[in-house]
Amino acid sequence: MAAEPIRETRTDNMMLNMGPSHPAMHGVIRIVVELDGETVVSSDTEIGYLHRAFEKEAENATYNQVFPYTDRLNYVSPIINNVGYALAVEKLLGLEVTERCKYIRVLMSEISRVCDHLTCIGASAMELGAMSAFLYMIEAREFLWELVEQVTGARLTIAYCRVGGVKADLPENFEQEVATRFQKVREVLKDVDGLLTRNRIFIERMDGVGVISKEEAIDYSFTGPMLRGCGVPYDVRKANPYLVYDQVSFEVPTQTGCDNYSRYLVRMAEIVQSMRIVEQCFPKMPKGPINVDHAGNVMEPADMVDTAKIGKTHDLPLIQLELSPNLEGLEKKQHREVMAPDKGVVLPAKNDTYGNIEGLMNHFMLIMEGWGIQPPVGEVYQAVEGANGELGYYVVSDGMDKPYRVRVRPPCFAFVAGLHKMIDGGMIADVIPTFGSINMIAGELDR
Amino acid sequence: MSETTSVTPESTSSQPPAESLVLRKLRERFPDRVLETHTHRGDATAVVPRDAAHEIFRFLKEDEDLSFEMLTDLTAVDYLKMKKSPRFEVVYHLYSLTHNHRVRIKIPVTEAQPEVDSIVSFWSIANWYEREVWDMFGIRFRGHPDLRRILLYEEFKGHPLRKDYPKNKRQPLVTAKM
Repeated sequence: MAAEPIRETRTDNMMLNMGPSHPAMHGVIRIVVELDGETVVSSDTEIGYLHRAFEKEAENATYNQVFPYTDRLNYVSPIINNVGYALAVEKLLGLEVTERCKYIRVLMSEISRVCDHLTCIGASAMELGAMSAFLYMIEAREFLWELVEQVTGARLTIAYCRVGGVKADLPENFEQEVATRFQKVREVLKDVDGLLTRNRIFIERMDGVGVISKEEAIDYSFTGPMLRGCGVPYDVRKANPYLVYDQVSFEVPTQTGCDNYSRYLVRMAEIVQSMRIVEQCFPKMPKGPINVDHAGNVMEPADMVDTAKIGKTHDLPLIQLELSPNLEGLEKKQHREVMAPDKGVVLPAKNDTYGNIEGLMNHFMLIMEGWGIQPPVGEVYQAVEGANGELGYYVVSDGMDKPYRVRVRPPCFAFVAGLHKMIDGGMIADVIPTFGSINMIAGELDR
Repeated sequence: MSETTSVTPESTSSQPPAESLVLRKLRERFPDRVLETHTHRGDATAVVPRDAAHEIFRFLKEDEDLSFEMLTDLTAVDYLKMKKSPRFEVVYHLYSLTHNHRVRIKIPVTEAQPEVDSIVSFWSIANWYEREVWDMFGIRFRGHPDLRRILLYEEFKGHPLRKDYPKNKRQPLVTAKM
C-alpha cells in the first residue's frame, strides 16, 4: 500500500473522561468527550452511578412509606417531591386535602424552589471562579433551610407530607420568621445580582454558551427554567394548576437567549416570584388553631393510661393530652386543619391514638401490613412543577396497600439526555458552565 | 379489563372537553385500530395495538388539533402479579404545548415477544426513555439506534423492575476487562 504524502500535521482526537467523580460535577455522572484540541467533537453521557432502585423499593413499601424515598430524589428541594407523590396518591384515591394544608404545601414548595435555585446559581458561579457569590447564596439558603427545619424538623430528608395532609402544622410566629429571613435573602440577591448579572467575565462565560434551539429543547422534552430560557412559557403551575396555584398571582419569567445566561436570568426572576407566592399565602391561608386552650385538662399520656386501667374511661376522649415535643404541630385541633377527614387514609391525631381505644384501633388498622391505605384499582399521572421542571409521578394501584408501580419522571433526565446537543462543537471549558446550568441532581436522575 | 369503561358515548360525556377531543379524534381516525379508550380521574387513556403505534404517534404529533410536541414520559408496567394478559404494557405520556392537553397511550406487549417499535424518529428524548425501559423491563425497541442499558451496567443479569425479579437478588461481581 503506497503511503500518501503528508500534507499537513496529522492530529489524533483525544478521548477524555469527565467523572464519575470530578470536582466540577454536581453528582456522580460520567461524560466521555472526544476532543480535537480544546473543541468537543462528540460526547457520550453515562448515568446510573447513583441508582438506588427507588421504583423497586416503592413497590415493596406501603403508600406512606414511600415518602422518605421521595426525599432522596431531588434532595435540594425535597418538599416538592413529597407534594408530587402525595398529590398522585390522593388523585388515585379521589381525596381532597384541607384548604390550610393546600396553602402549607404551596408555601413550603416555593421555599424549596428558592433553595434549589440559590444552590444552582451559586454553584455555577463558583465553578466560574465567583467564590463569593457562592458563599452568599449558600448563606441565603441556610436562612431558608432553618425555616424548613422549624416546620419539618429536618433540613434535607424531611418526609413532610402524608397521604391526605402534612406531618405538622406551621409553628407559631412562622409568618414573622419568613418575613425576616426573606428580607435577608433579598439583600443577598441584590448583592449577587450586582456581582454577577453585569459582570463581564460571567457574561462571557455564560452568554451564547450551551445553546439549544427551542425546537430541539421541545424535542428533548425540556421543561422548567431550561425551556423557559428558550422562550417557551410552560409552567405546570400555570398550565395545569394544582393545589392553590390558581389563587395566587405570579408571573412565569422567560428569556429568549436559549443559553446559559438566559437560564441564569430565569432562575433569578423565579426566586423573586416564588417569594411573592409565599407572601401571598399567609393572608389567604385559613387561620389554624394556633392557640389551644388547655384549661386544666392537660394530662400526661402515662397518667391517662393508668386512669383508663382502673375503669375511669367515660370522659377520656374530652381530655387534652400533653404530647411529646416531637409531635408539635399535630395536636388534635391542628390535625383537623392539616389532614383530610378520611379515616381510611389518615392516621388519627396522636391525642386519640394514645388517649382512646377508637383512635388506637384506627391507628393499627392503617399501620398493619396488608391493611393500610388501599386505593381502588387504577392508574394516574400527576405532574408538579419541580425546581428543575415537570416532575411527574405515574402511580398504578392494584387495590392493595402497596403501590403496584411508581414511576418518576425526573426533569433533569431530559436535560442530561440532551446535554450532547449543548456541548458538542463547543470548547471543553464550556462544558462546566453548561453542566452547571442544567442543575443535574443525581438523586432524581438515577433514582 | 373490568375496571375500565368501554367505548360508549355515555362514558365520554363527563370528560373535560379538551381530553375528550383527543380520544374522539383518535377513535374517528382509527376506528378499528384503537382497542380501548377511557378516562380515569381526569387522565385520558387510549390503548392501541403494537403494529399501529407508528401511524398513531405520527397522527398525534402532526394533527393540528392535537399537536403533541412533547413526549413527557415513557415507561412500562409488568402486570404479572395482577394476572393481566398480555403481561406488559408500554406507557407513553404526551403533552401538547399548543393546546395544553395530555394523553396517555398504552401498548400491550406479550411476554413471548417483548418488542415494540422505537419512536426515536418522532421524539429524540425517546432514545433514553427506551433505553431505560429495556434496562428495567427487558422490552426491546425495534429500530432504536443504540439500545444499551442506561442505569445499570452491561453485565447485569435480568431486568429488575419485572415482577418476578426478586428484590434481594445479588448480582455477581464484575471484574475489569483486560
